[in-house]
Amino acid sequence: MSQLEIRSVSHWFGGLQALRDVTFSTSDEILGLIGPNGAGKTTLFNVISGFIVPTRGEVLLNGKAIHRLRADQTIRLGLARTFQIVKPFATLTVEENVLAGLGTPYYPKAEALYKIYRTRENLEKIEQMLEKVHLSEYRFSPAAKLPIGLQRRLEIARALATHPKVLLLDEPAAGLVAQEAEELADLIRDLHSQGIHIILIEHNMRFAMNLCQRIVVLAQGEIIAEGVPAEIQNNEKVINAYLGQE
Amino acid sequence: MSSGYLLTILIFTAMYISLALSLNILTGFAGQVSLGHAAFLGIGAYTSAILTARYEYPFWLAFLAAIIITGIIGTFLGLPSLRVRHDFLVLATMGINFVVVSIFKYVDFFGGAMGLVNIPAPTLFGITFRGGVPYLLLTAGYAAFTLLICWYLSKTWSGLAFQTIRNDEDAAASLGVNPARYKIYAFGISAALAGGVGSLYAHFLGSVFPDNFVFVESIGIMSMVIFGGIGTLRGPIIGAILLRLIPEWLRFIQDYRFTFYGALLVLMMLFQPMGLLGNESWLWRQLTRLFRATSKVKEEVQG
Repeated sequence: MSQLEIRSVSHWFGGLQALRDVTFSTSDEILGLIGPNGAGKTTLFNVISGFIVPTRGEVLLNGKAIHRLRADQTIRLGLARTFQIVKPFATLTVEENVLAGLGTPYYPKAEALYKIYRTRENLEKIEQMLEKVHLSEYRFSPAAKLPIGLQRRLEIARALATHPKVLLLDEPAAGLVAQEAEELADLIRDLHSQGIHIILIEHNMRFAMNLCQRIVVLAQGEIIAEGVPAEIQNNEKVINAYLGQE
Repeated sequence: MSSGYLLTILIFTAMYISLALSLNILTGFAGQVSLGHAAFLGIGAYTSAILTARYEYPFWLAFLAAIIITGIIGTFLGLPSLRVRHDFLVLATMGINFVVVSIFKYVDFFGGAMGLVNIPAPTLFGITFRGGVPYLLLTAGYAAFTLLICWYLSKTWSGLAFQTIRNDEDAAASLGVNPARYKIYAFGISAALAGGVGSLYAHFLGSVFPDNFVFVESIGIMSMVIFGGIGTLRGPIIGAILLRLIPEWLRFIQDYRFTFYGALLVLMMLFQPMGLLGNESWLWRQLTRLFRATSKVKEEVQG
């Protein structure tokens, strides 16, 4: 059970206001975060995951304020994320990338300095995770050599290795062909059924509408609509925001 | 070539293997490019020299102190790396090198430009290591120790954490790696190991001068790491051996050693950025292919 609350979050980059008084809460669902380019979606993800401390407002995970924590601290509360521009560890193999995600509990401790990571137990865990995301056959390939679609899946596998309660996916379907996107949607539903709370940013409307149970729409840093996909699709404000009308 | 001369070359080679391996932890594993490594060599050398020559502490204690004190100072000197990245870090580490050398040169405590002399030969278990084969064993032993540390470190969670921050600090942070903490670790461990070499260096030469630890020395150490193959264990070793020995074989380039290093670096960057034996280098690919082919033949013969 996880509940994430965003309370009156505002953020400025110098003179530019990227988020305006954003407030919503979400628990144990597949929530979509959509909006035109520059709406502040990724900024909001950066705030939630600890990469940005918001200028104002707070973020609570299960009642605990997390907006002042760094990224390497929020992950230990079970809040994992992927990136819009994929960031695989290029020089490491697929296996090592996912192994890196298993280390989350070790990194802040001194035992990281002497505990070996490549144990049989860990390698077995990796095998299962790679199977789950259909990457087994690439296990020993350098991450840099994978095509973008597989790199996105690798990033999800790496995030899953941290055993998240909440998973933030930043445009997971970007650059995927229809078949791949469908496989990804199945994977996300599967993860959700296993009790992972999913929040995703998506530009691919069909993908978001089919997959998400609820959608929050941002435009120019503000929430302009919130509701189930059917409501959002017919919401005039949303249509205007996307078509650029006043 | 006299055997004494050959031994001296080998002793220096062993010390540079340790230095290159220690820099490789910082730059190869953790991705923090430092052009100030000679400063750590110097801090270790001065620590050991002062403790033995001035305060008459035994060698082994001074040696350990050189490792620990250099490690601690390295940790503090690593702090700029938390604020600056990439090329700015390179400049900051260069600056550190200049500052450390100036302190040696202008602070009386460190003997000024005249350096420190009469550093005793090391004594361990009643044996005095005065040059020659015993000293080679000492320095080679330390190189083996450094290699062991590097090898073990690369197998630990922190070794993996270093690799993640080298690749992408944000992605590393998203998995729970605190980049600041791991950069500091890398600086501390790298400096401590270089400090140990400094102690061996001081006791071998019997005297140390600020000019032993200047910026070009740092470039020399970095050249070894890059030439051999950055980020691997074999690379810095091969790099240190070749870059120490080639100028000895080709006596005519001795005077132009740094010209030679510089030219070599440019060529490597252009044609083999992964170094001679780096993971994606031409030579390493050929070697692994050859190895695979022979093991396949063996299998077939045995099968």
